[in-house]
Amino acid sequence: MATVERVTSGGIGDSVLRKEDRKFVTGEGRYVDDLKLPGMLHGAFVRSSFGHARIVSIDASAALAMPGVHAVLTHATLPVVTGVLSASNPGGDVRHPEQAVLAKEFARYVGEPVAMVIADDRYLASDAVNAVHVEYEPLPVVVDAEQALAPGAPLVHAEYDSNLCKTLESITDGFDAALAKAPRKVTLRVHNQRVTPMPMETRGCIGDWSNSTGEVTLYTSTQVAHFVRTFISIVCGTSEAKVRVVTPDVGGGFGAKLNTYREEFAVCAASKVVGRPVKWIEDRTENAVATIHGRDQTQYYEAGVAENGRILALKLDAIQNNGAYNQLLTPSISHLTLFMVPGCYDIQDVSITIRQAFTNTTPTDAYRGAGRPEATHGIERLLDAIADELGLDPVEVRRTNFITEFPYASATGLSYDSGDYAATMDVALGHADYAGFEARRAESKQNGRYRGIGLSTYVEVCGLAPSAVTAALGIGAPGWEHSTVRLHPTGKATVITGTSPHGQGHATSWSQIAQTELGIPFEDVEVIHGDTAFQPYGLGTYGSRSLAVGGIALYRSLGKVREKARELAAHLLECSVDDLEWTGTSWQVKGSPDRAKTIQELAYAGWTAATLPEGIEPVLEATTFHDPPNFTFPFGTHICEVEIDPTTGRIEILQYTAVDDCGNVINPMIVDGQVHGGIIQGLGQALFEETVYADDGQMRTPTLVEYLVPSAADVPPMSLHRTTTPSPSNPLGVKGIGEAGTIAASAAIVNAAVDALSVLGIRHIEMPMQPARIWKLIEEAKS
Amino acid sequence: MIPSALSYTKAGTLDEALAAVAAGARPLAGGQSLVPMMRLRLAAPEGLVDLGGLAELVGICEDGDELAVGAMTTHRSVAADPQILASCHVVAQAASGVGSLVIRNRGTIGGSLGHADPHADLPAALLAAGGAVIVRSSRGERRIEADDLVTSYLTTSLASDELITQVRLPKGAARSAYAKFHRRAIDWSIVGVGVTIGSAGTRVAVTGVGDRPLRATGFEDVINAGGSLDEAVAQAGTGMSPLDDLDGSAEYKLHLVGVLARQAYTEASGR
Ligand SMILES: Cc1cc2nc3c(=O)[nH]c(=O)nc-3n(C[C@H](O)[C@H](O)[C@H](O)COP(=O)(O)OP(=O)(O)OC[C@H]3O[C@@H](n4cnc5c(N)ncnc54)[C@H](O)[C@@H]3O)c2cc1C
Repeated sequence: MATVERVTSGGIGDSVLRKEDRKFVTGEGRYVDDLKLPGMLHGAFVRSSFGHARIVSIDASAALAMPGVHAVLTHATLPVVTGVLSASNPGGDVRHPEQAVLAKEFARYVGEPVAMVIADDRYLASDAVNAVHVEYEPLPVVVDAEQALAPGAPLVHAEYDSNLCKTLESITDGFDAALAKAPRKVTLRVHNQRVTPMPMETRGCIGDWSNSTGEVTLYTSTQVAHFVRTFISIVCGTSEAKVRVVTPDVGGGFGAKLNTYREEFAVCAASKVVGRPVKWIEDRTENAVATIHGRDQTQYYEAGVAENGRILALKLDAIQNNGAYNQLLTPSISHLTLFMVPGCYDIQDVSITIRQAFTNTTPTDAYRGAGRPEATHGIERLLDAIADELGLDPVEVRRTNFITEFPYASATGLSYDSGDYAATMDVALGHADYAGFEARRAESKQNGRYRGIGLSTYVEVCGLAPSAVTAALGIGAPGWEHSTVRLHPTGKATVITGTSPHGQGHATSWSQIAQTELGIPFEDVEVIHGDTAFQPYGLGTYGSRSLAVGGIALYRSLGKVREKARELAAHLLECSVDDLEWTGTSWQVKGSPDRAKTIQELAYAGWTAATLPEGIEPVLEATTFHDPPNFTFPFGTHICEVEIDPTTGRIEILQYTAVDDCGNVINPMIVDGQVHGGIIQGLGQALFEETVYADDGQMRTPTLVEYLVPSAADVPPMSLHRTTTPSPSNPLGVKGIGEAGTIAASAAIVNAAVDALSVLGIRHIEMPMQPARIWKLIEEAKS
Repeated sequence: MIPSALSYTKAGTLDEALAAVAAGARPLAGGQSLVPMMRLRLAAPEGLVDLGGLAELVGICEDGDELAVGAMTTHRSVAADPQILASCHVVAQAASGVGSLVIRNRGTIGGSLGHADPHADLPAALLAAGGAVIVRSSRGERRIEADDLVTSYLTTSLASDELITQVRLPKGAARSAYAKFHRRAIDWSIVGVGVTIGSAGTRVAVTGVGDRPLRATGFEDVINAGGSLDEAVAQAGTGMSPLDDLDGSAEYKLHLVGVLARQAYTEASGR
């Protein structure tokens, strides 16, 4: 990667140091737990210790007798059953089991909230939780999705005749014939294990209910403040106008906070009961069971292939573990998998069936990549399996199958707007010295080690989303985004965005866009987000949408302000608007630099309104609600090189090369950071992370001792590069980069490990590839 | 992750600390094991006595043919100490591999030995070195050899009113090494093996394969009888019965004992 010079101010394309970082690195960020409201009490939850049980009785008398304990709420005292609204109904008729805010009669996973204690402080609340006695009658448990769909499995929800939530299907007419005709068949089973998003800041919220006005303020660590407000207002039966949701600084989300949770409603309800603000901060072990998980999809692939590796037909039967309930988007996550099953390959005949199952586990939902990593990991593993079966180079099999003409109508109904997959692959092959690999493999062999190289050529769909499309997909929320640009009398600017940054650096990137498009210096732009009281509806930050949708909303508002300023300038300079040209910071009469008005002068003139052109309102301010015409489709090639020590089974990543194409780049440093973090998260899934349930529904990975998140010392050398294919779907030519690294990484790493061990006849490795598993595979292969 | 209520005192003198421990308080050293256990409510002491202010428990000096290491000496200091590196390498090497720098800056050798976690590195390293600890109570002082220190899971042979004040390391353990296997850089050992090639023979101790650090007597017997390294490695796991868990099967762990014993023995021979 060419080192880019980092600057402290700049416009589009500059590597500007993040203006928000100073407060974070000096400990002055303000997270929910930093907020202390007068009279505030603290809540804590009694959670089910059983995977499945009937709640026989709850005795809170000992807890209530403790001085400083104000209330213990249970379903009996808080009988609200729409605890979570699922906004997801793909294909219609999705089973949505009711969720009580506090469990009603049955608990269906370890960690399900059963009662809530409200006390003077957090310590007392925890002691009181231990003093609440719940009598459970244990019921049969099922944690595995395939087992849950087998006949005779214990029912997670007795009101349904099976544990099936929904079957998603996409089968092309020609599939059967195409598969029958194919000379070679390749099959592969892939399990994409359950993982936990694990943001550094766990969830937390404060409910502040005014019994006199009926107004409620909820401070919550979320990616979707407005959606949470809608949810609270529906559940409480009160007007949105009386509900305010405030999102202070958020320490990471990764999809875990793209949700509405029972606890968010519970703190509001508790505040109403006790007449004081109530805070709840999730602790780390609570986070392991109470916040959504990701992935947990088992895939059975069958490809019909020509002798040259061309895929003629592709079949996927998959089972998705939804957990015990549907959260906000649960049924839609594997729907995203379905769309991306063919990846960047021209496969026109597909048969995709994804069955979603309820189990006695924490609900799954969006986790960085949300459905797309499952598709990419599967198809990229399959491409290597095909190459292996046919004795071809994985690079050539990819080249043979790449989509080359755009726009491309995929078999699953997407329109890929642009791409050049071979170009990123060739750049990556060069940087990774693919040609020289076999010599390196031989060298490792001399040292008793197995060396392998693996590719992942991915395309993903992001920039969520055209609202007509989200509606058609059964998602009960639109995909547009809001922005307001407001120029102050001094010529400084406020940008209000409906996106909800929680680590992505929007304050910086949005300021860069404002500098380039409106000539307001970077440091004069203030970016505001995350308070429903002073901004129109915004959809938030997820699905790599912020720049491609929210950034375009901003771009359009900046353009509106610039055009209004032009009319004002023409009026003040006594010329026609057509006589003016934009210099980047001012409107000037063409060819006459002495006859010009800077944007700051025009902001002042607009505010004083001393003389305005006919029909022009005072103040330079504009608002946009931008609905994107299409998704965006970032793509790229990641190449991983590993070495495996057969004595211990340890996999060492020697080199990781990534070439990503996210279109035009606003801030290269931020893009690199997103790619780094994304790759590390994919690496975590490939090598370390797995959320494990025992058969009785107990979680075996409740702390960071068992759930292994990669640390800085586990990060391999990375070499990052880019190609630039601007998106034709938006005027900035931008796409998204927040999830690409995660989507690409796990397959590259597993493909490298399988390649290393292919000499032993090993064809596939499940994740996480922990040393014990690798050692066992090697031992078995040798004997 | 919220500990239960407790009282806290910071001892100004060793006698104060001993009195507090005798009265039922739990000693707090670096807090790197005790505090996480308290947060998980796996430990719920009613009172803590903080040893952090006791300067006499910190530092390393020579004492005859041993090094005397204060119980409150941090892993970081132990790992970097030239005398320990030179004459009891296995302990310095084990300390250098504990957790991360942050943990090593706070965690102490006395705390690690007092805690007796079955995956901890220091108890195994001390056992391999053939060291000992000095423990004190208001009743007096005694010495416990490493072989007798840890009795089972999180349990030592200390009486409830005793504190470890000093760790004794033999200076004759120069030809020694510690090898550990773990998944991430900051992780505990899945298995760790310490080897000392001393004048009285080779001592090998293993962590992670039982409820306490175990001597690899199978390995020792072969080597001390003049057998080959390969033969010794084949016997390394004799008598050990590790558990199957998320880190791997018992079979895998026994295999690792051999791999690490070979590695540590080879390294120690080269010193
Ligand atoms: C993330 C992480 C990774 C770690 N990785 C490793 C590793 O790889 N290898 C390893 O060996 N350890 C590891 N540890 C544990 C570390 O070594 C601890 O420092 C050590 O186990 C305890 O030492 P401490 O000084 O922190 O003791 P504390 O936590 O304060 O105390 C531990 C126990 O010892 C008792 N105690 C303390 N001092 C004395 C004394 N003088 N006399 C008698 N009893 C006493 C306490 O009462 C308590 O029961 C890790 C810890 C963490 C948090």
